Amino acid sequence: MEKENLTRMLVIGGSAGSLEAMLQFLPELKTDIHFAILIVLHRKSDAESTLSNLLQSRTSLTVREIEDKEAIQTAVVYVAPANYHVLVEKDLSFSLDVSEKINYSRPSIDVSLASVADAYGVAAAALLLSGANNDGTEGLKRIKESGGRVLIQLPSSAGVSYMPQQALNEISPDALLSTHEIAAYINSLA
Amino acid sequence: MEIQVRDEEIEMLLADVMDQYGYDFTDYAPASLKRRINRVCLLHNLKSFAELRWQLLNDPGFISHFVEELTVNVTEMFRDPSFFKTLRSEVFPILATYPLIRIWHAGCSTGEEVYSMAILLKEASLLHKSILYATDLSSDVVQRAALGIFPLAPMKEYSENYIEAGGEHEFSKYYVAKYDRVIFSEDLSQKMVFSTHNLVSDGSFNEFQLILCRNVMIYFNKTLQDKVLRLFDQSLHPLGFLGLGNKETIRFSSIEHRYRQINREKIWRKKT
Repeated sequence: MEKENLTRMLVIGGSAGSLEAMLQFLPELKTDIHFAILIVLHRKSDAESTLSNLLQSRTSLTVREIEDKEAIQTAVVYVAPANYHVLVEKDLSFSLDVSEKINYSRPSIDVSLASVADAYGVAAAALLLSGANNDGTEGLKRIKESGGRVLIQLPSSAGVSYMPQQALNEISPDALLSTHEIAAYINSLA
Repeated sequence: MEIQVRDEEIEMLLADVMDQYGYDFTDYAPASLKRRINRVCLLHNLKSFAELRWQLLNDPGFISHFVEELTVNVTEMFRDPSFFKTLRSEVFPILATYPLIRIWHAGCSTGEEVYSMAILLKEASLLHKSILYATDLSSDVVQRAALGIFPLAPMKEYSENYIEAGGEHEFSKYYVAKYDRVIFSEDLSQKMVFSTHNLVSDGSFNEFQLILCRNVMIYFNKTLQDKVLRLFDQSLHPLGFLGLGNKETIRFSSIEHRYRQINREKIWRKKT
């Protein structure tokens, strides 16, 4: 199936060891991409918006920590706030949620991916990075079922291989990418 | 394998719940509502939408579970400590000038924030002249909140939040632990009034100097958010305060122009 130039939303999910990869490929991303990026990263719940500031220091794309019901714009990097799940509504705005942790995590990658699959269908893409957790696999399945594009970081190239390996055991991705290949691949989606 | 309820099925279900029980969920944010409904099916081992619908229409005991599980009841004590610190330093000195302080916790869930507030008021010597109205949609949840009994496990985290929020004592002096629960001192609950109240359908019931509604409206769509903000506006004393969750805002709402934000916290003050 032809998937070129369809992508309107790219979700990047990561846990332990994923920040290093993000800081590596983020500066190489083009700024004229035609989709939005949502970053769902597991982290300690303290430290108000320091993650957004750190990511902003590495890219010319606008980086924003999500506020409830914010309308999604292209070429903006949205960061899931600590201690909230992020869902996407069909009118393409964000809804936040403080319900139970999923896979010991809030934000949970699975939660975001399920709603992104629902809202974007074939226009969704998801990249799962390093981690020591089971989060992401169920969500990637949902992205795949609705015709979206599934990308997984090559486990041997990930800081912690467990999370991408878990996903790989259950899903065949559209691309399996080593860390240094990620930026070029994302740029080609634009 | 968990079932995935479809959008049309949800519409049908919400119409049933409205007709038969009078709860209106139609202006809830669809993505989280769908997630909650799928979760209800999982928790109750319902294998299809038809089973869920049958249960809802034929088992009179099911609706209260349904309502409780649909509305998220995850809350903490002193969540976002800097919010409470700002209440203490910027808002309390003004509340202190009133002979009687009325506070409304709208969507209080299991009550953790109501007890947090009572502790702060007590330390500011304001509790004796305060009334804390705590309301929630679910009567089961409100009854639990009124008991003042909470799980022991998160108390260490709450204690850290309390200190960060500017707490002045040993947090543990406010409760007694027994087995895996704690019960908070009756000094704190004496000034609390618990009741059910549905933000979707019920009106204003008093005038307050402070309304707290944190991480409740995130489950509503924009239309309902605006309606509830107008309800709060009508229920606030001139110069009263409104406190929301850390990622919520009154910007772009119809009441925005009548309010001024306090510092950079999610606290707004009404301009007469």
